[in-house]
Amino acid sequence: MSRQMSSARVNVLLVVVALAIVAIIVPHSNSFVILLATRALAFSILVMSLDILLGYTGLASLGQAAYLGVGAYLTAILATRYQIGLGWDFWAVVVLGMLLGAALAAFFGLLAIRATGVYFLMITLALGQCVWGLAYRWNSLTGGDNGINLRSRPKFGIDLADEVTFFYLVLACFAVSLAMMYTLVRSPFGRSLTGIRERELRMQILGYNTWLHKYIAFIIAGAFGGLSGVLWAHTAGIVSPENVVLTTSVDALLMAVLGGAGTLIGGVIGAIIVFGLREYLSTLVPWWQYVLGAVYVLTIFYLPTGLMGIPERIRQWRATGASKDRAKELASAPT
Amino acid sequence: MTRIALPLLAGCIGAAIAAPSISAEELRIGLIVPVTGPFAQVGKDMVDGFNMYLEEVNSDLSGAKVKLIIEDSQAKPDTAVTRAKKLTLQDKVHLLVGGVLATEGYAIAPVSTNDKTVYIAPVPASDDLTQRDFAKNPYFIRTGWTSSQPHHALGQWACDQGYKTIVTIAADYAFGHESTGGFQKVFEDCGGKIVQKIWPPLGAKDFGPYIPTIKADADALFTLMVGPMVLQFPKQLRASGYKKPIVGGGTSYDEFALPFMGDEVIGDVSALQYSAALETPKNEAFVKKYRAKYGKVPSYFSESDYTTVQLIHEVMKGTHGSWPGAEPFIKAMAVLKIDAVRGPVAFDDMRNPVHNIYIKKVEKKKLFGYDKEELWNTVIKTYPNVGQFWTYGKDAFLKQPVYSRDFPPCKYCQ
Repeated sequence: MSRQMSSARVNVLLVVVALAIVAIIVPHSNSFVILLATRALAFSILVMSLDILLGYTGLASLGQAAYLGVGAYLTAILATRYQIGLGWDFWAVVVLGMLLGAALAAFFGLLAIRATGVYFLMITLALGQCVWGLAYRWNSLTGGDNGINLRSRPKFGIDLADEVTFFYLVLACFAVSLAMMYTLVRSPFGRSLTGIRERELRMQILGYNTWLHKYIAFIIAGAFGGLSGVLWAHTAGIVSPENVVLTTSVDALLMAVLGGAGTLIGGVIGAIIVFGLREYLSTLVPWWQYVLGAVYVLTIFYLPTGLMGIPERIRQWRATGASKDRAKELASAPT
Repeated sequence: MTRIALPLLAGCIGAAIAAPSISAEELRIGLIVPVTGPFAQVGKDMVDGFNMYLEEVNSDLSGAKVKLIIEDSQAKPDTAVTRAKKLTLQDKVHLLVGGVLATEGYAIAPVSTNDKTVYIAPVPASDDLTQRDFAKNPYFIRTGWTSSQPHHALGQWACDQGYKTIVTIAADYAFGHESTGGFQKVFEDCGGKIVQKIWPPLGAKDFGPYIPTIKADADALFTLMVGPMVLQFPKQLRASGYKKPIVGGGTSYDEFALPFMGDEVIGDVSALQYSAALETPKNEAFVKKYRAKYGKVPSYFSESDYTTVQLIHEVMKGTHGSWPGAEPFIKAMAVLKIDAVRGPVAFDDMRNPVHNIYIKKVEKKKLFGYDKEELWNTVIKTYPNVGQFWTYGKDAFLKQPVYSRDFPPCKYCQ
């Protein structure tokens, strides 16, 4: 038990150190890299929120982009129509975005949580596409296919139009979200979610209201999705139906699986790799899609636990190697 | 212990690699086009048109050596923004050129304003970029067209043919709305009636749900299709037994798709500022050279990008190859009057081209000495020097809202 505790502490320390390294290195790199890092971090909040469902509760949702969408549209509409959220009230928009994401999830959850497995996948997909349909067809509010351009970023003491300042803001939001989600999954509530993932029936027999647990997890994931959307709107500077379309949800799902579901931080790694390949490698070579495809296929074939599973695999491999050696020694030893 | 550190560190190191390089006397142009996805064919035409001019002058625009950087927008606004940002921040380009969909135009324009970089739109036709949003885009100039520009003329032409009632069917997004709006406005102001408006989603492949709803008693059908829809729609429409005349938006019968169409499109009429069948010596030479080089007839996408480089060249001639800065560049370009492949091109005071609009009819014939019978967009009428405001005048035109799904309202729809 104590050994486990200390290993968890080491992991937290490692993440903190890694974040510090990112905070120091990225601003010194080229400004396009800063932009990509900001995007990857903003998006990875969505991926982590999905990981709460996928990795900890065992619910594969294909509609997570909807929450990013409502957060992003809220931000864009408030900023361009009512000039709200361009000063200190940016934080009010952040809270509103989270509330709206949570509210939408609370509504969708009522419909979706009853289903399991592939049916859950289908329902979340359908609900996500409803949001896309609204974004695409409700021209007067969302600008339809044109989307909404945000021409300025908030200014409150600090000017977020500066890419480095904005990067730090997103990094801070990311770190806080990570800490909150980490606390959540390690709380007794988070443990019962894992229990539901492993065997829902047993949890029910033990007296847990598994529906309620899943419903609350769904709402919390929606809230973080909304936060991700608020940040995304200002990161990209444009909000369009492209943000809520199915492929965005699939991207999030792939990133979570690629990094390793049920690890939170794996989602970030998945996001960094996908953004890195798709947005950076693609500017260098035309065959970047093959690389991305190969990464997906190889991960699924050889690393079903995602990239975060690599150290564990190495440890296992070493352990089996060592036990084989010992067996050989024993066999060859004179009796 | 290493479980988290290794991948994260790898990510950091990967992100830290960066290599900007700038040398003098270089004109860096970032071309944003879809290289992958459903609009890749269009993107290829754009790149080919662009390259053809550059090869003619050996990438030397009056002393400025052109460095062309092509970025893939995948025809998505989000990606277009990222790529535009990459071009301005990392490559430090002097000029952003490109985009295909109107949505990309709206997405790239703010990047150009923020980063004070010239943005030239050879294809994105979003009306408001050179109309109601003009003041927001000080570094923006268009070498293509506004969505409604050729369709104003087409509306007049359709009215002159004696059509009284027309049904419209158009891709459901800004370009479709604005094109249809321009057509409807002029057609109805001339006395015609739009009796039904149908909006299939952008990228629809199956028109089964839409074709049977078309009112059969209307005199004609106005269509506006884009990308892969262009090929599917006429085939399915004629197969359903529809016999009425079709007047089409510019992209519906453009040469990027025309060679792949069947004989069912013969007789269909469309309007645009370019036709590969334009019988001028300049165009004939252009078509022959382009076809010999790239194996197909140039589309308006090719012509527009070719002409864009020609216009850039004209500006660089004036500065003897040195970069004048974004603002002087835009100013110099906006007063140019050139003789392009499509015909004479000038700009209005909102930096949108004033050029001929050609009413074209699809015919199967031999042209320019090619020995096979092929489909060509024969020009049957020319409206000379058409601007984006048609005959309404700038002030009166800008008072009305931008054309949309609901404007002009469909007064005669039941």
